[in-house]
Amino acid sequence: MGITTISFILLSLMAVGSGIMMILSKNPVNSILWLIVLFFAISGHYILLNAQFLAIVNIIVYAGAIMVLFLFVVMLMNLNAESEPAKNHRLQLIAIISGGSLLLILLSAIMTVKEAHPVMVAAGNAGLIKTLGKVLFTDYVLPFEISSVLFLSAMVGAVVIGKKD
Amino acid sequence: MDIKAYIALSLTLFTIGIVGVLTRRNAIIVFMCVEVMLNAVNLLLVAFSNMHAASNAAKALPTFASDAQIFVFFIMIVAAAEVSVGLSIIVMLYRNTHSIDVNFLNRLKN
Repeated sequence: MGITTISFILLSLMAVGSGIMMILSKNPVNSILWLIVLFFAISGHYILLNAQFLAIVNIIVYAGAIMVLFLFVVMLMNLNAESEPAKNHRLQLIAIISGGSLLLILLSAIMTVKEAHPVMVAAGNAGLIKTLGKVLFTDYVLPFEISSVLFLSAMVGAVVIGKKD
Repeated sequence: MDIKAYIALSLTLFTIGIVGVLTRRNAIIVFMCVEVMLNAVNLLLVAFSNMHAASNAAKALPTFASDAQIFVFFIMIVAAAEVSVGLSIIVMLYRNTHSIDVNFLNRLKN
């Protein structure tokens, strides 16, 4: 086992474990903190896949901006564990069984593929900031500019919806 | 690493998101589970991009691997815009009903 295999297994265990803990936590603040751990694990996977730009953007955008927004909302609402509504255990069991069977079917479908496609670690320069910046500002410059309009409309929409009356 | 390991990890994260959406009734947690599903798909796209860069087809189409990572970047942009609007909807819901139970949403029809 090389160092990449070991770090892949460690990061995968970290991602799956924090995802499960996120679902199981009663307190919403704990859920958000576990989700931040999950995002850091996914950023580690991006570094392992030689996608350095996306790793940094994932940390800045998700763990930095979006999760702080979630934390602000949860703390403004002053939610605590007993405000969680009463659960229907039968529905939960059905949901877990259906999700588990979906996972089982999808996993068994991909594991029947015989041929192996290796994912080379540190191969090529596709994920470097230089390459991505060139592609973003030549081939994808129109979608990039349109996304700024999207952000503006999202900002106006958030203010209008969040305004009192 | 083989691509199958990344597909399996991504499917596991996606299923965790699905089970969270189905079991939890707190609207914020449901929203966070949607984010987990988006991130699982992002991870799969990056893994496929790297698989393409490592294969022989990369010589014929050298920009394909970068294109996949640009797609992930745009998914992140859309997710950030979606979160800001969705959270303001949740805040408005909490202000009107003093609860963020998603089962309260069926009262909007009256």
